[in-house]
Amino acid sequence: MTVLARSAAQRSRSRQALRSAAADVLFRNVTRVAALLVLALMIAILVVLVVQAWPAFHRFGWHFFSGREWDPAHATFSALTSIFGTLVTSAIAMVIAVPVSFGIALFITELAPTWLRRPVSTAVELLAAIPSIIYGMWGLFVFAPLFGEYVQPWIIEHIGSWPWVGVLFQGPPMGIGIFTAGLILAIMVIPFISSVMRDVFSLVPTVLKESAYGVGCTTWEVVWRVVLPYTRVGVMGGIMLGLGRALGETMAVTFVIGNSHTLGVSLFNAGNTISSTLANEFTEAVGPTYTSSLIALGLILFLITFVVLALAKLLLLRMAAREGSPT
Amino acid sequence: MNTVSARYLRRRVVNWVNLSMSVLGTLFGLFWLVWLLWTLVDRGVRWLGPDLFTQSTPPPLAPGGFANAIVGSILITALGVIVGTPIGILAATWLAEFSRRSRLAAVIRFVNDILLSAPSIVIGVFIYGVVVARFGHFSGWAGGLALAIIMLPVVLRTTEDMLKLVPDQMREAAAALGAPRWRVTVMVVYRAALGGIITGVLLGVARISGETAPLLFTALNNQFWSTDMNRPIANLPVMIFQFAMSPYDNWQHLAWAAALLITLAILALSLFARLVIRSRSFVK
Repeated sequence: MTVLARSAAQRSRSRQALRSAAADVLFRNVTRVAALLVLALMIAILVVLVVQAWPAFHRFGWHFFSGREWDPAHATFSALTSIFGTLVTSAIAMVIAVPVSFGIALFITELAPTWLRRPVSTAVELLAAIPSIIYGMWGLFVFAPLFGEYVQPWIIEHIGSWPWVGVLFQGPPMGIGIFTAGLILAIMVIPFISSVMRDVFSLVPTVLKESAYGVGCTTWEVVWRVVLPYTRVGVMGGIMLGLGRALGETMAVTFVIGNSHTLGVSLFNAGNTISSTLANEFTEAVGPTYTSSLIALGLILFLITFVVLALAKLLLLRMAAREGSPT
Repeated sequence: MNTVSARYLRRRVVNWVNLSMSVLGTLFGLFWLVWLLWTLVDRGVRWLGPDLFTQSTPPPLAPGGFANAIVGSILITALGVIVGTPIGILAATWLAEFSRRSRLAAVIRFVNDILLSAPSIVIGVFIYGVVVARFGHFSGWAGGLALAIIMLPVVLRTTEDMLKLVPDQMREAAAALGAPRWRVTVMVVYRAALGGIITGVLLGVARISGETAPLLFTALNNQFWSTDMNRPIANLPVMIFQFAMSPYDNWQHLAWAAALLITLAILALSLFARLVIRSRSFVK
């Protein structure tokens, strides 16, 4: 009775419902596959790099991380100078970029008149939009000659003779080198760090700041004693994000670092980073050991940035979780 | 009394000094932006001319342009956009519409954020290992795929953020009218978030059109006119790199002209994307 009594209209309606349910399942699964693709991509990158880097690790063992030789003629390779260059340039970048970014974020959130806030933050963010290769050209052809002629000799003469710190600033004033690379990296990561800082600073509840002003704090005291402690985790996240960018930056560094596989104390020496070595030598690498060693360098870089960026993400998530909580 | 006012004075001085440093820091940041742009204009403008857009890259010390590099760049960027955008939007849809709170979604978000900032040169190495080494030669396809991998996380991130901003009431209202889920997503949610999604794509294009590192050993470069995606293809970033590092005057001039054009294009795109997000999005 029930089945037979269904009208044609009812049947077509239920067929329609069935069809749209099928379409729903299809749509949902297509989007799921796309999302899983992101995960698969990350795994594929790791697997491909590990597999192709394996011959180099197998051949050189732990020596790959501790040796200083990079000798294509004898097919002997090790990563120490590149890892050293990568870490030192990024460290210089952080020393310069973190205080400057803090200043910019402070200016935008606390000091600037409202009409000035948006133009200034847009301008700073435009620094991030300029392609890395442009920084490289500018660094090599414009900045380095001026720096080598006017600034470096002065630094070498005056600071180079200081105890302890002096050794960092010795050697011929070439303009290019590790310090120049670090400085340009700093300019490149300032927009990333300052925009995170600006965002987390604006999360501080107005009541907190007003209370501090109410008991007579100066603007600086409010920022240093209230805003910064409240946003500490987020600020660290922003710094890690900038560090992750600095570690992997390629073209700008390739132009100005001098590309030499040597290890020196002075920051004015020429050096190399993992990324600059890849950019310079990958297409010219002859023989499986050479290529494999370069891919091994790429894997090391990927792992270092992975850890740094993961840390950044975790810190920012903690900041976000705290912001969502009722306190 | 005296110590109190001394302390007060000291606090005022500390405040004044530190706030001045903050202003100086801001000027420090803007200083480099102005200097960079001025350099490009100063060194680039004088070499601009119609030849740049009509002729291919010349041999050393001969006149020419970089029409082939412009076309090659457009081709591989287009490939990057065509491959990266749909995957990014669909993946973002799953994260924002179907599994907002699942553990898997959290993992994917995490991985995507890492890919977003991962060194682009490593993406180049990856594509070299998967595509170039397999087929035995550099190609436009490889370059475009590398750019797609860089594009994908940018689109995913912005799209997800934008979809999340669409109020749930709109989804519920559409569902209450009897629309199946996919129609709710496509015809209501996408439409509401369209401005934001377009912004994400524009930002992605801005990001990949200046990328050099991932193209060095995927698309390589080509001195001649070629639209064959199966072979090495000329492109602006790698051309700028090679020509700027060369000892030949005319190549360096071309590099500066190309640098000026590509930077202006990217800055215009970024500013335009910001305008779109500000005018089209329904959230302030």
